[in-house]
Amino acid sequence: MLIKRPPDIRSSEITDRSLFQKRREFLKGGAALALGVTLPQSVALSPAFAATQFSELTKSPFSTDEELTPYEDVTQYNNFYEFSTDKRGPAKLSKNFKTRPWTVSVEGEVKSPKTYDIDEILNSFPLEERIYRLRCVEAWSMVIPWVGIPLGAFVKSLEPTSRAKYVEFETLHDPEQMPGQRPGLFGSSLDWPYVEGLRIDEAVHPLTILAVGLYGDVLPNQNGAPIRLVVPWKYGFKSIKSIVRMKFVEQQPINTWNKQAPREYGFYANVNPEVDHPRWSQAQERRVGDFFKRPTLMLNGYADQVASLYSGLDLRKNF
Amino acid sequence: MATLIRLQASTADWIYARISKAVTLLSSAAQTAWIKRLKPILFIACLLPFAQLIYDAFSGGLGADPIEDITFRTGDWALRLLLITLAITPLRHLSGWNALIRVRRMLGLFAFFYMCLHFLTYIVLDQFFAWNFILEDIIERNYILVGFSAFVLLIPLAVTSTNGMMRRLGGKRWQRLHRLVYVAAICGVIHFLWLVKSDITEPAIYALTLITLFAMRLYHRYAKATQAPARPTQGAQAN
Repeated sequence: MLIKRPPDIRSSEITDRSLFQKRREFLKGGAALALGVTLPQSVALSPAFAATQFSELTKSPFSTDEELTPYEDVTQYNNFYEFSTDKRGPAKLSKNFKTRPWTVSVEGEVKSPKTYDIDEILNSFPLEERIYRLRCVEAWSMVIPWVGIPLGAFVKSLEPTSRAKYVEFETLHDPEQMPGQRPGLFGSSLDWPYVEGLRIDEAVHPLTILAVGLYGDVLPNQNGAPIRLVVPWKYGFKSIKSIVRMKFVEQQPINTWNKQAPREYGFYANVNPEVDHPRWSQAQERRVGDFFKRPTLMLNGYADQVASLYSGLDLRKNF
Repeated sequence: MATLIRLQASTADWIYARISKAVTLLSSAAQTAWIKRLKPILFIACLLPFAQLIYDAFSGGLGADPIEDITFRTGDWALRLLLITLAITPLRHLSGWNALIRVRRMLGLFAFFYMCLHFLTYIVLDQFFAWNFILEDIIERNYILVGFSAFVLLIPLAVTSTNGMMRRLGGKRWQRLHRLVYVAAICGVIHFLWLVKSDITEPAIYALTLITLFAMRLYHRYAKATQAPARPTQGAQAN
């Protein structure tokens, strides 16, 4: 596959490491202020906190240099129905979520199906920083510095067979730990476990990553710890969280939201300002922190990289 | 099972009778005195969600998407107060505390107040007067259309809520006009039901509350109709 270099990202646009660090220091300072404490730097950073940070991160030409959404907003405003349908809920209800030991079972059309320990995956591939736009189907957006590995590298190492046309992903189903999965008074909010899927060419596209962190730290539980998908040109719900299973299949998987409301959510879910959600417009979005809405970009601004994947596909039908 | 239901029914009857008796023991003057004391407290209580909103707006308590938060909160309170307003009449029937009618207008106007805030949040903060998008929303999005209808329906009711307007319209006509509040409440609940993505718990609670309130009204009508011939004087007095 020919990978076109994005003409819209120049090396000068990539965030300098020192600048990024300064932002992080600033954030920590803000956090300390918010707590109303003035501690020496060494004390403020507890060993446990420091140990969770990733040291060597490769920069990526795919990163945007847009202003980052503050850490506070990225980690306090979450759609993670496994914990709560309230966006402030996941941060509160996922505090004790256990992310180790954690395994990802690889099944279906691959050379040798196997259950991987998450650390085995993480140690096999170099971690990269990817600063991506995230566009939610609800018409808000963020800019998030993810830490992750290209999904393509992992997929290729699994040696999918010629019958592997799609990859189906599954989130942990554990109502004990995930209160949102327990049925409420009027049934469950969604059909558990949460399932998502990608076409194999989408899965191996260099933009697609398995994220394990953000802002240089381990992924907070409410953001889909310990390992989640990030597909920046698709609506956020495609980027499935807390993955426990990857199945390589021949048939197009039925993803959870498509099953829930087939008229409203398709399999592809590509960000597209010209195809509205039946109940609201997708032409604009509000970047979290902004007052004015901004126009939504075709394929969330990644059209140069991924539009070729969909040539000949009717995007109105395959929304 | 049947015995249990009968037992429950008789218990309910007993409680109902006790409450009615306790309230009827109060003279109508005493009832009115109580309401007069209650009214300013209710007035303050109805302003609390608004005060909280202002406080949170200045202390960063509105979260990552403040506009969404303001929209949700004002919408919630508009609907809650509308249902509370509609609960006044069934509550009067149930308790015999007729003086409750004296707070109904205030509650209804507070529901309208929060609905105005909700509407203005959408027009100013969310869309910032992008009329083409607003028009498209109202025409194409059903949940916005029903929500907008609820708001529009309540405008004439708010305008004619003064004593002067009541007199000018005349009791019967005024009452007929104000039945629009039922339609507005139904529109409000449907608006909420149609906008949620998957979890219908909250709108379902509002829907059940509204249905219960309607059922109580119908039951009262039915009971009055069947009792009226037997006790004509009592029936007349109840109004």
